[in-house]
Amino acid sequence: MIIHAKEPVLEVHDLTVSYSRKPVLWGIDFTLPSGCIAGVVGPNGAGKSTLLKTIMGLIPPSSGYVKLFGHPLEEVRHRVSYVPQRESVDWDFPVSVLDVVLMGRYGKMGLLRNPDRQDKAMAMDCLDKMGMSAFAKRQISQLSGGQQQRVFLARALAQEADIYFMDEPFAGVDAATEQAIITLLRDMAAANKTIIVVHHDLQSARDYFDWIILLNMRLVAGGPTGEVFTDEMIQQAYGGRLNLLAQVGDMMEKRAFPTREP
Amino acid sequence: MIAFWIILTGFLVASACGLLGCFLVLRKMSMVGDAISHAILPGIVIAFLWSGSREPVSMFIGASTTGLVATLLIEFFHHKARLQSDAAIGVVFTFMFAIGIILISIFAGQVDVDQDCVLYGEIAYTPIDLWILDSGIIMGPRPVYIVGTVLILIILFILLGYKQLKLTSFDPAFASAVGISTAVWHYLLMAAVSITTVSSFESVGAILVIAFLIGPPATAYLLTDDLKQMLKITVILGLFVSLTGYGLAYWLNASIAGCMATMTGVCFAVAFARHRWASSRYRARLV
Repeated sequence: MIIHAKEPVLEVHDLTVSYSRKPVLWGIDFTLPSGCIAGVVGPNGAGKSTLLKTIMGLIPPSSGYVKLFGHPLEEVRHRVSYVPQRESVDWDFPVSVLDVVLMGRYGKMGLLRNPDRQDKAMAMDCLDKMGMSAFAKRQISQLSGGQQQRVFLARALAQEADIYFMDEPFAGVDAATEQAIITLLRDMAAANKTIIVVHHDLQSARDYFDWIILLNMRLVAGGPTGEVFTDEMIQQAYGGRLNLLAQVGDMMEKRAFPTREP
Repeated sequence: MIAFWIILTGFLVASACGLLGCFLVLRKMSMVGDAISHAILPGIVIAFLWSGSREPVSMFIGASTTGLVATLLIEFFHHKARLQSDAAIGVVFTFMFAIGIILISIFAGQVDVDQDCVLYGEIAYTPIDLWILDSGIIMGPRPVYIVGTVLILIILFILLGYKQLKLTSFDPAFASAVGISTAVWHYLLMAAVSITTVSSFESVGAILVIAFLIGPPATAYLLTDDLKQMLKITVILGLFVSLTGYGLAYWLNASIAGCMATMTGVCFAVAFARHRWASSRYRARLV
């Protein structure tokens, strides 16, 4: 069940992605309108993070294409922001909170320019919005999980993008941070920014998102939450029958490497 | 004067290696530095046979080419054959180093490089390897100029690429997302490591280059939590290690490069003890 947006800011067309010949996403096809908070929801191993990474050009697709604001990513990179999973980086890295937020400005700086006073003021402003300005000089290893996530979001804000891709921003954060994040997302959506969030909690998904992408290796449903986030669709995405696709993937891989198990 | 030249060479080598080593340590690629420092050997020998002398430019080209070939091979085996990266490193660098050794023994008559020198180096010969102009003016030891030039290049590289190196080390996915190519900076760093290693191998040898690549940065990592401080402390440690290493060698009448590497280990042990002490005090305060 797919409901397309009228004037899409993001268009994913017939996207198939494989890891060493084993397909993990099959023919994904959906669109998003501007100013929405969209949740990418599905069981573990459904390919939610892979979808985001492919849209961001970190994983090359086997087929299909992605268009943002009607253009390929390369032409509109400065309007796109990406928040990787918190666990994907080394939080013992010797940088301060402010350093990390300033990294959000690097894309606009070019090769030779270094962060100036204006960039720093801007970064402090973003930290302030996340309630983290008191931590600017702290080394990042001294932060709690929720604080780490706030720093990552402050860095995304510093990018001043129009569309934001966030990989599991609610994973392992305290209730106060979760509330702070959703308030921020709503403010951003009100300012006509588009936000795509990978999420795995079905309970809160209904409240948080006004657009839902229900995923389990293939697209189960995509559209406004009220219309597509039905029990029947959730059952389809999480139900046991869908493992069939995983089995086909395994078979294809075995055929490619007949003597070797993954 | 002899002592001055030896300590200066040690300091220049330790600084050039250490500055790059900081990024290797933070990228969890310390053993790649190890691999490159060995894998460049065939490149050095081939460059030697090609140009017929120890002229630095062709040596640099030979070394950085083989260094990059080694990096590419490691990545290839890791990604395409799904071999663990440390296993890929182990296979590639020993293989390339062995080829280098074979080339040296076959062309022993034509190549002015011997195996002991490659492995252990001899920093004590630095002051007698003089650079003499055609007009007969003695400019001082040749290795000092070569390593000095390389150090200046490394400092320029880090100054210009500081924010790219920092971001691609810390969060490669985000770096790619904002349009900074992680592959480009990875290979630039690897080329810089190759060039630094070849410029230093005559004086300190392949094995001790690794001590300078990883020892001071690992020590500095324990002493600070700021990247710029870490780079500065690494350079200061380079100076300290060259001075005390030379002193130790003079006192024991032992290998100078060996003593410098030993002092690197001693510095690390002291920093580690301090780190443990500080964190136990920090924990005691929390309780």
